[in-house]
Amino acid sequence: MADTIDVDGKHLAVDEEGYLADLNEWVPGVATVMAKQDNLELTDDHWDIINFLRAYYEEYQIAPAVRVLTKAVGKKLGAEKGNSKYLYSLFPYGPAKQACRFAGLPKPTGCV
Amino acid sequence: MSILHTVNKSPFERNSLASCLKVAAPGAAVLLIEDGVYAGLRGTSAVPLVTAALARVKVYVLGPDLKARGFAAERLLPGIDVVDYAGFVELAVQSAKVQAWL
Amino acid sequence: MSETIKKFLYLNRKAPYGTVYAWESLEVVLIGAAFDQEVSLLFMDDGVYQLIKGQDPSGIGMKNFSPTYRTLGDYEVKSIFVDGESLTARGLMPDDLMRIAWDDPDTQETVENIVTVVDAPRVTALMDAADVVFSF
Repeated sequence: MADTIDVDGKHLAVDEEGYLADLNEWVPGVATVMAKQDNLELTDDHWDIINFLRAYYEEYQIAPAVRVLTKAVGKKLGAEKGNSKYLYSLFPYGPAKQACRFAGLPKPTGCV
Repeated sequence: MSILHTVNKSPFERNSLASCLKVAAPGAAVLLIEDGVYAGLRGTSAVPLVTAALARVKVYVLGPDLKARGFAAERLLPGIDVVDYAGFVELAVQSAKVQAWL
Repeated sequence: MSETIKKFLYLNRKAPYGTVYAWESLEVVLIGAAFDQEVSLLFMDDGVYQLIKGQDPSGIGMKNFSPTYRTLGDYEVKSIFVDGESLTARGLMPDDLMRIAWDDPDTQETVENIVTVVDAPRVTALMDAADVVFSF
């Protein structure tokens, strides 16, 4: 994993696991570039989750654990999306880990 | 020039403030910083200690530390002044020395 | 692994920011939520300062983790107790504390606030009832 990623002509620092070093530097292009690195094409469904995670972080100052994310997504976006099968289909490397990374959030507390 | 005393511990957990106030000379300045700011609030069990001290020494609270902990200046005992970081430096410059009660 | 549900009580007695105890305790609660136990938090002594509304440590260069307490309901924490005598000794009112909501997964009902001020005999009872007490 590179120590920087190139987004909109800027070099943004990432940590050794690929998470954005400064979450204030996040722009939507970060998610697009990171997704491309993971061979993923972002759809509206992906963006729903990414935006949800950013709003969650804005309110609670943490990245939610998977089970909390699942439950909260179900409540917000509907029961058919509030399950880990759906979330893993969107983010094969793990809805919390991968989606949080795309969203510019730190790694969820409790994730190893 | 007198001494600037800084106290950074909660008065409910350590006796730093009590020790400081016991020996601070009249006219000295006492600056409450970090968890020390809780001593400046109204209605606490530390009020008798702090009120008695206010008759002899000048007591200040570091504003950013108070704000961090969720309290406005209005919650402080009358007679306590809020200073910012520049005010902290100013107090230090005006004092012969700074004594930290850790 | 045993399926027995144990009662975990997190005892928080330190003010936030001055030391790292408050944040560490919160992290352990968040991580421990994955273990499906019955979790309660008890704040006493300077620990009650952790729940003060309107904290803003931007001026001291520290992360504001106080909003994170409001998500504890999502992390299986069903009750949060505050020692009343500790509030009184600090000139604090229950209204100075943040409110923390909890959604009952069985009934789908929302409990608006799971923060309860308790007296010393209740604190004794809580400690007696707990299988494990984590002290911070």
